[in-house]
Amino acid sequence: MSLEKQDVIKIAHLARLSLDDSDAELYQHSLSSVLDLVEQMQSVDTDGVEPLSNPLEAKQRLREDVVTEENRREAFLANAPQTEAGLFLVPKVID
Amino acid sequence: MIDQSIASLAQQLRDKKVSSVELTQDYLARIKQYDGQLNSYITVTEEIALAQAEAADKQLSQGSASPLMGLPIAHKDLFCTDGILTTCGSKMLHNFVPPYESTVTARMLAAGTVTLGKTNMDEFAMGSSNEKSYYGAVKNPWNLDKVPGGSSGGSAAAVAAGLCVAATGTDTGGSIRQPASFCGITGLKPTYGRVSRFGMIAYASSLDQAGPMARSAEDCAHLLQSIAGFDANDSTSAQVDTEDYTATLDAPLEGTTIGLPKEYFGDGLNNDVAKAIQDAVKEFEKLGAKVKEISLPNLNLSIPAYYVIAPSEASSNLSRFDGVRYGYRCDDPKDLMDMYKRSRGEGFGKEVQKRIMVGTYALSEGYYDAYYLKAQRIRRLIKEDFVKAFEEVDVIMGPVAPTTAFGIGAKTDDPIAMYLEDIYTLSVNLAGIPAMSVPAGFADGMPVGLQIMGNYFAEAKLLNVAHKFQQATDWHTKNPSLVEGASS
Repeated sequence: MSLEKQDVIKIAHLARLSLDDSDAELYQHSLSSVLDLVEQMQSVDTDGVEPLSNPLEAKQRLREDVVTEENRREAFLANAPQTEAGLFLVPKVID
Repeated sequence: MIDQSIASLAQQLRDKKVSSVELTQDYLARIKQYDGQLNSYITVTEEIALAQAEAADKQLSQGSASPLMGLPIAHKDLFCTDGILTTCGSKMLHNFVPPYESTVTARMLAAGTVTLGKTNMDEFAMGSSNEKSYYGAVKNPWNLDKVPGGSSGGSAAAVAAGLCVAATGTDTGGSIRQPASFCGITGLKPTYGRVSRFGMIAYASSLDQAGPMARSAEDCAHLLQSIAGFDANDSTSAQVDTEDYTATLDAPLEGTTIGLPKEYFGDGLNNDVAKAIQDAVKEFEKLGAKVKEISLPNLNLSIPAYYVIAPSEASSNLSRFDGVRYGYRCDDPKDLMDMYKRSRGEGFGKEVQKRIMVGTYALSEGYYDAYYLKAQRIRRLIKEDFVKAFEEVDVIMGPVAPTTAFGIGAKTDDPIAMYLEDIYTLSVNLAGIPAMSVPAGFADGMPVGLQIMGNYFAEAKLLNVAHKFQQATDWHTKNPSLVEGASS
């Protein structure tokens, strides 16, 4: 399975990763070799085999819908690159 | 002092032969002396450690019963530690100081351990050599030109070099067992869900599991006791009672059946490693265990299944690093998209970006069935192989890795060759069963690890089997030369 450079650029966009031209070629090669590696799955007959997503096949546990955490706004904002008036700041999104 | 067991150190602390502060100072001095060569720590928390040691000495004088009280340990830099830098080996989190404590580290603190610092690791736990850390490669204490294994390579190197009594690690595809094998220490990956994932920076959530890395199975039993058990903060935490992991360590092995999967002894396995494993199996026969050849026919499929499932879950988990709430943000973003893309492109290393892209591709429209669902169907086949095997045997044994530690830089140009190194460890994570690495000899001067795999929640049995082996052999007591000088 070999990817085109355009495929890599599209995947990087979906993954929100910046990519310069030389990187695109590098990943074109390395992603293709991973896809070659996983290609052998296709030769296995898995008809009638249910997908296994949790190794213990555990069901999602539910809890009462009650408040269990206190508001720790300042503590959480302390790690943010940019904040103002108790809010996370990002580049302008609307003109 | 530095190569003694947890039980022995605990006794000496109680007999006032040494204080926790003295012990902590000894380890801090060793870290200063040796870690320049090894690079096993990303952060050393000297002041915090000494304060914790002082508090532990007070508790000891008041008769504390905790076997871990006052013992200096290290945590993989993937566990969130309240107020202590937690990088996950990445530039992305070069400035991240968690506002909360992971369950594993919280339980260890409650048991009275002293935190010496945070250990180096492959970035976001993605790697088998510890060469993929933003904070530099870790060296193997047995030979500074070799890798310590990964991704918990800093923890393994620090334990082996006597730079902590024990350490925590995490294992998504072998990241406790393979570095334990390469560095000649004992490591345990518990059953999926046995130890809480709360506060562990996620790589692949259906595979990740934390466990102890230490000098013996007995030490691992003490550590597991403190961290295992249900936690409401982890939605996949198992509601299964824990056992008393030290109570059955000495149980006789007569009547125990060991399965040897023929697929673990085929092509690709180094002859000297094979010999060490076969010798270890003979030792178990002397101890009264029976041996039976078994088959895990889908072993080879664990590599493709893992390299779809783990990157898929990683691409989802790592989407949280967006330059908004924590971690790295690029300079002068021109708009929101530019900020996302450059923060992630500049903050993540190449291996991490590669795995994110593999996962993004596998989950994208039109490919989901062929990759992700297919891999999960194969995952069930791999699990069923183990379920069937454990109907006939009590434990399964084989090598941890096909070779001993390889040279730094030896596999960096061939990432696929590095992936293939994980052939004996990945299936355990896909099935979710527990497994250990136990020192079982040397090949070319480097340690060889025996892998012991157990049935779901059979950690006590695994530790018993490993402990009996360590009572009969002395491989786990061997130290690299930089420890020998100080081990009196």
